[in-house]
Amino acid sequence: MKKSINKLLFIVALLFSFSVTAQEGSNTVPAVNVLKLDGSTFSTGDLENDGKPIIINFWATWCSPCKRELNNIAEMYEEWQEETGVKIVAISIDDARNMAKVAPYVNGKAWEYEVYIDPNGDFKRALGVNNVPHTFLVDGKGSIVWQHNSYSEGDEYELYELVQKLAEGESIEE
Amino acid sequence: MNLKKFVLILVSIFGLSHLFSQNIEQKLSQGQIRGNFQFDMQYYREDSVIGAQQPNEQVLSNGFLNLVYTNGNFTTGFRYESYQNALLGFPEGYQGNGITYRFATYQKEKLTVTAGNFYEQFGNGLSFRAYEERGLGYDNAMDGIRIKYELMDGVTLTGITGKQRLFFDYGAGIVRGFDTDFNLNSVFSDLKDSKTKITVGGSVVSKYQQDTDSRYILPENVSTVAGRVNVNRGKVNVNAEYAFKNNDPSSDNGFIYRNGEAMFLQTSYSQKGFGLVLAAKRNDNMSFRSDRTEAQQNLLINYLPALTKQHTYNLLATLYPYATQLNGEIAFQADLIYKFKKGSLIGGKRGMDIQMNYSTANNIDTTSLNDENTIRQGYTSDFFKIGEVYFKDFNFQINKKFSKKVKGRFTYANLVYNQKVIEGKQEGVPNIFANIGIADVTYKFTTRKSLRTETQVLITDQDQGDWATLLLEYSYSPHWFIAIMDQWNYGNKDQDKQVHYYNLSAGYNNKGNRITMSYGRQRAGIFCVGGVCRVVPASNGLYLSVTSSF
Repeated sequence: MKKSINKLLFIVALLFSFSVTAQEGSNTVPAVNVLKLDGSTFSTGDLENDGKPIIINFWATWCSPCKRELNNIAEMYEEWQEETGVKIVAISIDDARNMAKVAPYVNGKAWEYEVYIDPNGDFKRALGVNNVPHTFLVDGKGSIVWQHNSYSEGDEYELYELVQKLAEGESIEE
Repeated sequence: MNLKKFVLILVSIFGLSHLFSQNIEQKLSQGQIRGNFQFDMQYYREDSVIGAQQPNEQVLSNGFLNLVYTNGNFTTGFRYESYQNALLGFPEGYQGNGITYRFATYQKEKLTVTAGNFYEQFGNGLSFRAYEERGLGYDNAMDGIRIKYELMDGVTLTGITGKQRLFFDYGAGIVRGFDTDFNLNSVFSDLKDSKTKITVGGSVVSKYQQDTDSRYILPENVSTVAGRVNVNRGKVNVNAEYAFKNNDPSSDNGFIYRNGEAMFLQTSYSQKGFGLVLAAKRNDNMSFRSDRTEAQQNLLINYLPALTKQHTYNLLATLYPYATQLNGEIAFQADLIYKFKKGSLIGGKRGMDIQMNYSTANNIDTTSLNDENTIRQGYTSDFFKIGEVYFKDFNFQINKKFSKKVKGRFTYANLVYNQKVIEGKQEGVPNIFANIGIADVTYKFTTRKSLRTETQVLITDQDQGDWATLLLEYSYSPHWFIAIMDQWNYGNKDQDKQVHYYNLSAGYNNKGNRITMSYGRQRAGIFCVGGVCRVVPASNGLYLSVTSSF
């Protein structure tokens, strides 16, 4: 691990030279193995919702704002689904210490979300997530079109406005 | 491998693909760049009342940038880190700048190969876990080779070899490991449609470190073997893992030659509106590091998860938290969640739920052998006997929505905390018995404007005595928040230490970006990560944090 800014710049330049030609629509969800609640593995490359939007939300059983967000949305989720067909995929980053609490919490709160566990942060790293809660919005074509870090009471309304736009085929790029 | 070589290889991979592929333009256009950035800076003021010191630098900062490039089955990336110098409370080994993480991964059919740095975990981590927790300075990333092969549907083999990161250097030892994971429902066609889902796995992890010790003849190769099973049937899940380690004399265990073992069992039952977890574990002499003389959170190869609730409210989370005692521990935990339906007698119009949790951690029972000058086995231990108490926590929480505008979450906790063992204090300090009450109430003015208040009280006759915290947090969704907090050590027996720790903070969020500033005092706290707790000193000053994901 030698220190050298030059090398860093070289790599940055290299990486960006690859991305210069990157086109819109290539911003898809990376394929990483996560755990299902029954202990088997699932590749996030297989996430899909029949052409409807998907919300990917990173959370943890020890994260208060995460739980506030998902509990608040849970009250409206049925409505959201009826109106837009949106699906919420909740990715728990709990590790072995708390993993066993994920399914009981999800069921105990009667969440209807699709839930996976990312115990060593592989999916979290692949998506560049720093802290939880972190939310991604995926459009019907499978492109990540929006993201948001942290949660404040009421943020779900902004999220849902964006979901509605996506469901109607509008672009949400600013 | 040095960086130049690594880059050369990258370039040549792409160069070659250019020569052989007509569709390179198109190929590159499928590439994606993702990453994140964080920068934390603090200006420190001297504050003798709380014992906060101003470091010579006055201003300290931590920063990092992660970039990951993915194109089809090829992924590469790096992280640059900068500590000028590291914030107080961060491990002191973090000094300077550099690329601390870089890797390339490709996947070809059922084979995935990673060269460079990687994070990985076998089972629950009892034998191996390379893991990062950036915000707390925990990072034992491997640098080496990882090969994963999907032998058939439901069978994954993983091999790893390399050295572990130690700040801007590597640990002395080499770590090698092999893991298999079988999903029996995929492997056996008879079980394909079975409602019972079974996954089994096994791993072997070995470390090599030269023996340069003049006092003892030390084993240069030490291995850990672990087996695990997960059985799921509808509402019920059982997860168990057992690990055995050959004798591994180290600073942690006082250079004894006793073998180590760890057992971990978690069972759960859940259905709509109800969840229950029962868990137990026992670990005996199971510290496993790639340098036998290291301490704290450095160069841990495995992970021994604590079986206690991970709290979030500040008096509960950072005054008396618990982490596994690596040398020996028996722990139990029960966790229950129940939702009273809307319209039921207790649930009321808007429903209500409760969570209850009880956990204990004790030393294993040991009988000293007094064999320091002979075989150095150290002690014997009765598997089922329980020793000195380390930690106890009984707590419950009630979540209740009172109206469209008001909701609350109320917590009570009762703790027993062995500060002598957990914080390594001198013999004779008493255990801490604490009662904690917390009211977290949110009031919504409109859908986007709300005020959240936390009122916390911790009552104890030991240590620093009673504490109270008041937090007011006003948020204007989706971009702004402002908060004011005061923590008051009103029950300190030393009147001069009955101090207020006031703090003002504000933040702005937009998409993946977040800027937070705060000013004021921060109480000394204890942060636990990777099974180890660290004390973060009190400070006073201005703090700025910028994070971004892209």
